[in-house]
Amino acid sequence: MTLLQKILGAAAACALSAGAALANPGLVIDMGGKFDKSFNEAAWNGAERWKRETGGSYRDIEMQDEAQREQFVRRMAEAGSNPIVVLGFQNMATLEVVAPDYPETTFALIDGVVDLPNVRSIIFAEHEGSYLVGMLAALASKTGTVGFVGGMDVPLIRKFACGYAQGVKAVNPDARIIANFTGSTPAAWNDPVRGGEIAKSQISQGADVVYAAAGGTGIGVLQAAADAGVYSIGVDSNQNHLHPGSVLTSMLKRVDNATYEVFMAGPAVETGIVVMGLANGGVDYALDEHNAALISAEMQAAVDAAKAEIIAGTRMVHDYMSDDTCPALTF
Amino acid sequence: MQPLPKWADATLVPLLSILIAFAISGVVILAIGKDPVEATKVMVTGALGSTYGWGYTLYYATSFTFTGLAVAVAFHAGLFNIGGEGQATLGGLGVALVLLHMAWPHWSLALLAAMAGAMAFGAAWALLPAWLQARRGSHIVITTIMFNFIAAALLNYILVNVLRPTGQMDPATARFAADLALPKLHEMLGWLGIPFARRTPANLGLVVALAAAVLVWGLLWHTRLGFQLRAFGKSEPAARYAGISPVRVTLYAMLISGALAGLMAVNTVMGEQQRLVMNAAGGAGFIGIAVALMGRSHPLGVVLAALLFGFLYQGGAEMAIWMQIPRELIVVIQALVILFTGALDNMVRMPVAWAFRLLRGGR
Amino acid sequence: MDLAVIGGGPAAAAPRPPAIELRGISKAFGSVQANRNISIRVERGTIHGIVGENGAGKSTLMSILYGFYRADAGEILIDGRPTPIPDSQAAIRAGIGMVFQHFKLVENFTVLENIVLGAEEGHLLAPSLAKARRALTALAHDHELQVDPDAVVEELSVGHQQRVEILKALYRKAEILILDEPTGVLTPAEADHLFRILANLRAEGKTIILITHKLREIMAATDRVSVMRRGEMVATRRTAETSPEELAELMVGRKVLLQVEKGPARPGPAVLEVENLRVRDTRGVERLKGVSFTVRAGEILGIAGVAGNGQSELLEVLGGFAAGQGRVRLNGVALDLTGRRSDGQTRRAAGIAHVPEDRQRLGLIMDFAAWENIAFGYHHDPAYQRNRLVMDNAAVLAATRGKLARFDVRPPDPWLAARNFSGGNQQKLVLAREIERDPELLLVGQPTRGVDIGAVEFIHRRLIALRDAGRAILLVSVELDEILGLADRIAVMFDGRIMGERDPAETDERELGLLMAGVVPGARNGAA
Repeated sequence: MTLLQKILGAAAACALSAGAALANPGLVIDMGGKFDKSFNEAAWNGAERWKRETGGSYRDIEMQDEAQREQFVRRMAEAGSNPIVVLGFQNMATLEVVAPDYPETTFALIDGVVDLPNVRSIIFAEHEGSYLVGMLAALASKTGTVGFVGGMDVPLIRKFACGYAQGVKAVNPDARIIANFTGSTPAAWNDPVRGGEIAKSQISQGADVVYAAAGGTGIGVLQAAADAGVYSIGVDSNQNHLHPGSVLTSMLKRVDNATYEVFMAGPAVETGIVVMGLANGGVDYALDEHNAALISAEMQAAVDAAKAEIIAGTRMVHDYMSDDTCPALTF
Repeated sequence: MQPLPKWADATLVPLLSILIAFAISGVVILAIGKDPVEATKVMVTGALGSTYGWGYTLYYATSFTFTGLAVAVAFHAGLFNIGGEGQATLGGLGVALVLLHMAWPHWSLALLAAMAGAMAFGAAWALLPAWLQARRGSHIVITTIMFNFIAAALLNYILVNVLRPTGQMDPATARFAADLALPKLHEMLGWLGIPFARRTPANLGLVVALAAAVLVWGLLWHTRLGFQLRAFGKSEPAARYAGISPVRVTLYAMLISGALAGLMAVNTVMGEQQRLVMNAAGGAGFIGIAVALMGRSHPLGVVLAALLFGFLYQGGAEMAIWMQIPRELIVVIQALVILFTGALDNMVRMPVAWAFRLLRGGR
Repeated sequence: MDLAVIGGGPAAAAPRPPAIELRGISKAFGSVQANRNISIRVERGTIHGIVGENGAGKSTLMSILYGFYRADAGEILIDGRPTPIPDSQAAIRAGIGMVFQHFKLVENFTVLENIVLGAEEGHLLAPSLAKARRALTALAHDHELQVDPDAVVEELSVGHQQRVEILKALYRKAEILILDEPTGVLTPAEADHLFRILANLRAEGKTIILITHKLREIMAATDRVSVMRRGEMVATRRTAETSPEELAELMVGRKVLLQVEKGPARPGPAVLEVENLRVRDTRGVERLKGVSFTVRAGEILGIAGVAGNGQSELLEVLGGFAAGQGRVRLNGVALDLTGRRSDGQTRRAAGIAHVPEDRQRLGLIMDFAAWENIAFGYHHDPAYQRNRLVMDNAAVLAATRGKLARFDVRPPDPWLAARNFSGGNQQKLVLAREIERDPELLLVGQPTRGVDIGAVEFIHRRLIALRDAGRAILLVSVELDEILGLADRIAVMFDGRIMGERDPAETDERELGLLMAGVVPGARNGAA
């Protein structure tokens, strides 16, 4: 029996048993790579947590090329993985094409919306979380100038920046916000050196809090802020522990939870659009022993009040992606 | 020193280089606790063992043929065009503009227009570095490399701010009209009654690439321009003696090179992605350098080398899927092949030449 | 080992073993037998010449002696002892020093640094340099080898650079000195000086091997001469007992005419008129400083001079690929010198053919096949086109076959790359391409440099034939013999100027040699 026959046989067998509880979940990681200390790694952490807790096993794969988007998602489905978590908004187009071909397989797309019956679209209200850390930044700033270091200049990151700027202005309408993006290629997600340089430049312009929404690039931003003795704000995962006393807080985007939940629920996971916001713990600001000394009771009270208002719908945070504009920041 | 026979130089040396690269890769795979024999099997069957695998292998090979030809033409003129990536990126923009902003009654007309757009944009992107080299002496290696970054930044700006439909998160254009899709390889073979796997990205671009290879061959060895281009590439002082204008040759060579790199977008943007995304060139511009080196800058060699790299790409992907070998290692293996066939060529050639001398001496 | 048992040659009875003896040396490169069973004895304290055509195997033999190649068979004896020479270090240890045709000096080092380079003692440079300085002073004094030890090599004249090479070898205690074509770049006066130095060294008991193609030098300077042909050592003669004619015949394998046979010139109207031509190089240095001359139809104007005195620039600007100032007219029509409205193509169209000085760098594309080189420069010729787009390679091939046959190019293989032809045949390729265009004016630079004696004769006859057909020829050559034999008038260039014009019948090498060194002899001031 040749290997190919084995593979085809296995694929066929799995296809037959698709939907059965026996199927293992799969994780398709976008081109940034598995260990980016941020978005992708958060998803992987969620999968690993599921593995630890259930003793199950899953298949994961990292893309390298545009043509592999469809190929890898198909291969994953043909290998019998179910459900399949696909990371990254750039795979919206991929799932639009691939998902209809595998109706028995359930897909979960993180950071994008695909309107198909077997796709769970998970999006995060990053603007809400960013709003809260923006408030904290303005409350902690003494200079009235705060910085934002984005990764690749794409709408999603502008959504972060816009929410952040609104939070800052809500506390201090006269605050100055310096927003920069690391680059225009996917390499911008993983360029800590450049991130550090941008942060230093912002600090030299007077910024004393810098928010990094830049994947692996953020590591350099946090380092630069710690070196200069100013505050920084982490993103996606809780990065408070990286430089205790310097990382003011982290904008949590619980990609790990989203992944974990899909894996736990199995192939029967509910499809449709799932918004992970402040209300359901999808985004939040991080408060732990590493930054407890930095967040005063007043600051916490102000932010928690805003959080309650946002959840209640009485305070509106504008979503940049709804109309490609931002009331608090010009790009 | 007696040179190697031509056949040995063209076949034996690259073949041995590949074998050595694979042997070292095998050791690396062993070191991370996987079975190299199994990995090789997965690679070979995954890339060549089914029409599905062939579909991907040929798709990648098509892209690499375009960029390989682009580098090869410039090589023949003594120019090292490292800007294939940027020129292919701009070629994609040309394709997208043509397909998005004009109505086409049939895909065949759209293909011709898209080819024109891709070539025009790719050539335009090569023009400025060529001009700077010809007139100002700015080294083309530096300028073309820089133009890759500028192309990425430009495309990023245009996608995010101009071509992206409002509300779409993905920095990409809208999809092209469905009836403008190029015929896929399985459809084309279907017309001939040959069964082929559906859902592979291989498309009519393959035929365009092969035609381009033939045209490049004709250009280089059967036209005045090709003659002047090769003469200039072999010896600039002699070319000046013969009245061949360095400026004109440099410009023409780079325009053709850029146009070929741009054409790659017909395969990827029009043939596969059906819309323009960021990073559409996906590194094929750089692979083209290795392809041209390995193919000895001859169109036939380029096609064969492109096929090898297509195999490496698809085989590597299959290895990543089925063996759970991390993608970094796949890159290592690809890099080893490039290293041995491109940079360390003489390391293999000299022992081979030595062996040949021994053999001859023994007779 | 008892030499008397083996030795059978004329010098076998010498009281001391020969300085170098080669026995049965063979060396093959692939299918080419570069050296075949070569045996030679070089007696101590003599100057031994080695002559042979290009490709006869002289360089290979010397490379074996200096450790660059290893012989396939045979042995080397130094002072009667078998001495394997696997590398050049071993050659130096064996007392062999080599002065290459192309100097192997570090141009931006001083003389002293060059001499010490590779022979440093210890890790500190200063003691080595001090020691070398003392040794250098002594050597220079003993051998007429004066050079400033602190001069930077690139600022020295070629003659002085050559002295540095010789000093380098002597500093390394060379007993045997090999010189490869040492006079190619020297003025006659410098060459005379060199031969005085060599005679001095011989008097001291050093052994000198002189490789040259100039039979005149062989006759003047050597004690014995060996002739190589096609990888074999065909004869060794005492110089006093041979003649240039015999040597030439031994080299080529048939009788050779050393003297060019030509009738008197029948000059017609002026074809090329050059007035006050000036050329600056890329660094802004003026290389041609106002040159004027005329070449008439049916005559050969020879430009004599040591290489590097502006001849190359003259050919380049007339050939259309360098810019200059002044006035140049071809058949009364002014040529553009700025380079903006002219290039090699417009010159060809105007009727100027050009055999460049450096055929390998300019005249040929070495990697191109013979037929491609025949089209080279004339690739716009309508006869070579199939239509507006496509070249007619078959037509070029056919034309090439004819040219290869008419010019006796060997092998007559149009597909062979230029680099695989011998020097003489490469030159015939260029001549075949240029002469058969029947140009108004032929520019020829160093037509026989590195060309076999047999081919020299052929090339000279073709040039005379072109002249007799009423064409104008501008001949640039550093070989005085050639200029004297071919030219109908001789202009001597020195430092970018024409020092004077002479009639070959009324001048001699001595006078031309002085002009070439920038000295205008007597009151006859012919400087233009």
